[in-house]
Amino acid sequence: MRVGVVTFPGSLDDQDAARAVRLSGGEAVSLWHGDADLHGVDAVVLPGGFSYGDYLRCGAIARFAPVMGPLIDGARGGLPVLGICNGFQLLCEAHLLPGALVRNDHRTFVCRDQSLRIERTDTPWTSQYAAGEEIVVPLKNGEGGYVVDERTLDELEAEGRVVARYLGANPNGSYRAIAGVSNARGNVVGLMPHPEHATEPGYGPDPRSGTDGTDGLRFFTSLLMAVGGVGPR
Amino acid sequence: MGRVVVDVMPKPEILDPQGKAVAGALPRLGFAAFTGVRQGKRFELEVDGEVTEEVLAQAREAATTLLSNPVIEDVVRVEEAP
Repeated sequence: MRVGVVTFPGSLDDQDAARAVRLSGGEAVSLWHGDADLHGVDAVVLPGGFSYGDYLRCGAIARFAPVMGPLIDGARGGLPVLGICNGFQLLCEAHLLPGALVRNDHRTFVCRDQSLRIERTDTPWTSQYAAGEEIVVPLKNGEGGYVVDERTLDELEAEGRVVARYLGANPNGSYRAIAGVSNARGNVVGLMPHPEHATEPGYGPDPRSGTDGTDGLRFFTSLLMAVGGVGPR
Repeated sequence: MGRVVVDVMPKPEILDPQGKAVAGALPRLGFAAFTGVRQGKRFELEVDGEVTEEVLAQAREAATTLLSNPVIEDVVRVEEAP
């Protein structure tokens, strides 16, 4: 399984995303924002960071990068795409996912080990989780407040498209504590928290979180099951 | 050389934390008259020559495709700068 990880000017978490792909048993393929095609990859991760310095709006300029043309076509055709943090903002700007991410309601940057509940498990990125399962992965953002109009919120809930929700105090003012959403088909998933930072013992969330720090790995092993037809579990 | 001004504001129903921060700072400086602040963006687009109807049409399109995100913002003005 070959998974593309796109690097934009200002991406930060592309190396960790590539590492998570390798730890799950996949092959990470570096894609550049200026690429005209996706090099035949089976799936794409849009990583976290501050593409184009977050100028204008988060993801607003990256959304028009050359690589986004084939990516948007691919996503509409069913290509699995995971956008994490800045990648989530980018997917919203590209209208592959509904809504937008705005500045945290408390106006400060948040960086913590965050408890989440996984709610949608029939996507290529979440099939290895149990519905309702609680996990802990890092969360770090300044503009992570998920907003969308009330009607769309009701639709997302009714269609079961909320992928993950924050547990405990709402960390950034996201409407209905939404941490991640998917498109109707489920192949496109956007997440504000960072599963790629919780894939190896000793490098993820603190043991005091009650986890072994690898709760995020199954986003990537799920993909291996979905695309590669095989997996470590 | 002509210039087109585009103003973009956060939608009324979307929380504006920056405006709120400014609103909090004003009374501390003695500006007690203001009960709320919304912070938006102003773009000045320069063109060679006159601002024609065609130029304005392009500015309107740019305003809704790149300069604003219709999910959270409204374009409140697109016009030739005086």
